[in-house]
Amino acid sequence: MAGGVDPIVFYLIIFVLAIFVGYHVVWSVTPALHTPLMSVTNAISAIILVGAMLAAGPAVFDWGGWVGVAAVVMASINAFGGFLVTQRMLEMFKKKEPKATPAEKK
Amino acid sequence: MSANQVALWYLVASICFVLALKGLSHPSTARRGNMLGIAGMAIAVLVTLALVYSHTKNVAMILGGIAVGGIIGAVTAKRVQMTQMPELVAAFHSLVGMAAVLIAIAAIHDPAAFGLPVPIPSGNKLELFIGTFIGAITFSGSVIAFGKLSGRIKSAPVVFPGQHLLNLALGIAMIAFGIWFFLSSDDAKWFPYIVMTVIAFVLGFLIIIPIGGADMPVVISMLNSYSGWAAAGIGFSLNNPMLIIAGSLVGSSGAILSYIMCKAMNRSFFSVILGGFGAEPGSVAAGAEQKQVKSGSPDDVAFMLSNADSVIIVPGYGLAVARAQHAVKEMAQKLRAKGIEVRYAIHPVAGRMPGHMNVLLAEAEVPYDQVFEMEDINSDFGNTDVVLILGANDVVNPLAEVKGSPIYGMPILEAHKARTVVVNKRSMAAGYAGLDNPLFYMDKTMMVFGDAKKVVEDIVKAIE
Repeated sequence: MAGGVDPIVFYLIIFVLAIFVGYHVVWSVTPALHTPLMSVTNAISAIILVGAMLAAGPAVFDWGGWVGVAAVVMASINAFGGFLVTQRMLEMFKKKEPKATPAEKK
Repeated sequence: MSANQVALWYLVASICFVLALKGLSHPSTARRGNMLGIAGMAIAVLVTLALVYSHTKNVAMILGGIAVGGIIGAVTAKRVQMTQMPELVAAFHSLVGMAAVLIAIAAIHDPAAFGLPVPIPSGNKLELFIGTFIGAITFSGSVIAFGKLSGRIKSAPVVFPGQHLLNLALGIAMIAFGIWFFLSSDDAKWFPYIVMTVIAFVLGFLIIIPIGGADMPVVISMLNSYSGWAAAGIGFSLNNPMLIIAGSLVGSSGAILSYIMCKAMNRSFFSVILGGFGAEPGSVAAGAEQKQVKSGSPDDVAFMLSNADSVIIVPGYGLAVARAQHAVKEMAQKLRAKGIEVRYAIHPVAGRMPGHMNVLLAEAEVPYDQVFEMEDINSDFGNTDVVLILGANDVVNPLAEVKGSPIYGMPILEAHKARTVVVNKRSMAAGYAGLDNPLFYMDKTMMVFGDAKKVVEDIVKAIE
């Protein structure tokens, strides 16, 4: 069958199946972690970095390459910032010993 | 690196992302999940880097861009305060939206860099059009959301006559120019594309300005979803399955969160989008003055709490604004030391984004097993001696159970069923919904006016 099918159809299949996977996985997320969910999905949407990298590394580097570099910077802010802030939040959800000393927060 | 190898690595990265989301089903597995997410991103980036290197060797600019962006991102993530999470997320969404638009521009300019045929096929142009307009709307919408959340723009809804008609007209114009772009010859492609993109930016702006501060949890979830669809749209146009998969995961996640938030506020998605809620504070609250409230001092509260067997604390956003989380935790610890059962009840819209209050409590080192979601704790209010409501209003308003009231049907924390209720508020002002709250006038209710932090600290002192 592969011979006659347009690649777009394959992408469509991937798209629909990925939505299904996302739908089912996200419903299993505990409401207490909805903010980390949002920040981690935000970091995952920085996957657009992949596209930005292609744009920033053309054979002939002209203004299009600069546009790509700008996109790389933005997407990297998102990727690093998103995952790190998620990590920071999740550290707070660590199980603590009942006798833990009250933190010396400023 | 062959295209097949790249695609298989992308599959590995995608599985990492799915597992990252799966990890969030429990706090104990969440950190491992986040690590998997980082691994997935690292794989995708390294593979793409290898791909670009094998084609053009031009990776210096990419690495420079990642270094600059990475440093900015890391510093931001370290500095941001937990109360500012909604703003941060909105700002990050805008970056994804803008990156999508920039990538689309680069792809139209030089399709060969993305391995697309030259001139760019019309199918890909259609997909670029979709990716661009979602990205542009995400960008300008998120900028407005960021402004409203951070207080740089007034959070009140901006409504003017003919607003919906204008949006509709712009939407149609945007699609028309998109179709023109789709049909255009390679020499004439820029004009319709640019006009379409500008309209999309304006549209994103216009869609978010009429939405009031109270609806921000929905808006931010919605923009989360859009940023995912923008990535997926760009993935289609670049024939890149990695972007399609990750984008769809994010898109569906944001959509589910929007749905949950709408349900928690008893609002339909469309009425949020059409805007105007949270507009008229106090319009219904008039006529409340005649009724008597019983007010008390922090000492009274300390006495009541010390003599209770079970206490439930209902934190609202007012608590976070007053930065009283640490004081509350200290109070809870003291009460627990006396053998009193203390739990926290969280309404889904207690913060300014989904799950915000849980993060704020976790930051104050409140153990997560003392924090309960609405469905899990609602049936226990009837057997509870004292409910302490701190800076919350609409989410405990029993009017939600009265047919005909504006918030009828909104799920609430059933605080009014407890034996005694203590409410801390700064004043008798109505909440976002602009409704009076009968809970405040019940015989078993005691009001303690004042700043949440001050009041709770006084209670802590009085408990000694």
